[in-house]
Amino acid sequence: MSTFSTSPARLAAEPMISVIDLHKSFGNKMVLDGIDLEVMRGESLVLVGGSGAGKSVFIKHLIGLLQPDEGQVVVDGIDLTVASPEAVLLLRKRFGMSFQEGALFDSMTVFDNIAFPIRRHTDKSPKEVAARVRECLRLVRLSGIEDKMPSELSGGMRRRVGFARAIALSPEILLFDEPTTGLDPVNTAAIARVINQLRDELDVTLVTITHDMNLAVRVGDRIAMIRDGHIIEVDTPERFAQSENPFVRAFLDGEIPEEAEDDS
Amino acid sequence: MVETTARYAGPLAWLDHFGRLILRGLDDLGRFFYIMSESVLWTFRRPFDGVELMRQMVRVGWDSIPVVFLTCLFTGMVLALQTFRGFERFHAEGFVGSVVALSLTRELAPVLTGLMVAGRVGSAMAAELGTMRVTEQIDALYAMATDPIQYLVVPRVNASILMLPVLTVMGDAIGIIGGWMVSVGLFGANSYLYMERTFQFLEVNDITSGLVKAAFFGLVLSVTGCAKGFYTSGGAEGVGRSTTSAVVTACLYILLSDFFLTKILF
Repeated sequence: MSTFSTSPARLAAEPMISVIDLHKSFGNKMVLDGIDLEVMRGESLVLVGGSGAGKSVFIKHLIGLLQPDEGQVVVDGIDLTVASPEAVLLLRKRFGMSFQEGALFDSMTVFDNIAFPIRRHTDKSPKEVAARVRECLRLVRLSGIEDKMPSELSGGMRRRVGFARAIALSPEILLFDEPTTGLDPVNTAAIARVINQLRDELDVTLVTITHDMNLAVRVGDRIAMIRDGHIIEVDTPERFAQSENPFVRAFLDGEIPEEAEDDS
Repeated sequence: MVETTARYAGPLAWLDHFGRLILRGLDDLGRFFYIMSESVLWTFRRPFDGVELMRQMVRVGWDSIPVVFLTCLFTGMVLALQTFRGFERFHAEGFVGSVVALSLTRELAPVLTGLMVAGRVGSAMAAELGTMRVTEQIDALYAMATDPIQYLVVPRVNASILMLPVLTVMGDAIGIIGGWMVSVGLFGANSYLYMERTFQFLEVNDITSGLVKAAFFGLVLSVTGCAKGFYTSGGAEGVGRSTTSAVVTACLYILLSDFFLTKILF
């Protein structure tokens, strides 16, 4: 089965997202200390790192959920740090984001969850909405659960419904925040298959953050590693696996690096 | 931040503690006014969500009827009981109806309705929004280009402003009936005379002033509940803290603002 193979022609040369010298601290705790990273159009980039390394904080900057203390986040030529709130809102419609535990609205059915962004931002008729919801569920391999409540679903299913909601508006950029945390290997493999299927069937740029190397090599065109608020390695999965960087080696081998800090 | 308290001893520690309390109160007040001004702004921006507004009106209004009914019924009854015993001493039992009606419409019905709804609905708002915050549902709304203030806060605040006066009108009527039941049933007052006295000194302004207060309390309790929920942090424990704090703060704001509203407006 092809895991991370991708035709080079699919990748365009120009960056879709450019992160330049990004700094962010909370109180006196520095979380991001000068991040520089580019995500090419059509690429699937995976950011790995230990817990508390700043992955979630990083991904929230890409969609403007957090504002940096210093530096820039440029998405398709628009600098999020200086854009007006209206422009940021408009830009967000081009994003789809899936959250760690799915972040489904627990007062709504699966159908209403996925229909939410469609009803909110398009003039589609109820029939068209229903068709789109079914299409999204098919893409995440979860047909026939429209009427269930999120509380009735397993962890893996909730994540996939989160994916379906994220792709509902046919976004150009998909962000996945820890899509496999807390899942068993079977569900992890299913999630990886779904992410690859989305990448193949939709014309999207993907950014996934995870601490799961298994997932990273399955879905990434490139893998970047974050540590202490810096990017310490960016490379293709094959070359990443050969990295000489001691922290990357320690991470790949599942060891705790010598100067490991306490997670916050 | 907490460890700095240990640096001071004696009166300084007390001052430190007191200063922190004031800062926290100001912080709360700042969030209150931020959420309030944002919800006013978003009320007039598209898209308008009538269905959600109706849903919240049912939750705030219809679902609160039993608790407001019982509260106002017994308040009216006990008010008649107390006033009758007191007025009896200087043979003014005839004015019990007037006292019950005036106290209820001007003061007790709006304040008690506000307090009861703050306990019932304000806490639920804090818990609901707090849970949504800690499970990233509020972030998900932002990510779907939907402002959570517009989607979550605006319908709750507007529903409360609209429904509190309605509940208060009902409370006024139920309380007056409670007073009548005690006076006529227990003390054998003349039913016709009692009702005549009830409305003899009652002016339209007494009722409308109570309704203005009620609408204001609706605003206060919903904005407090939403603000507490919106700024929740710290998981399940944080949600619990927000919920408790929402009720205590809303009740406090209601009682404080009641005095100033009465002083300024009436």
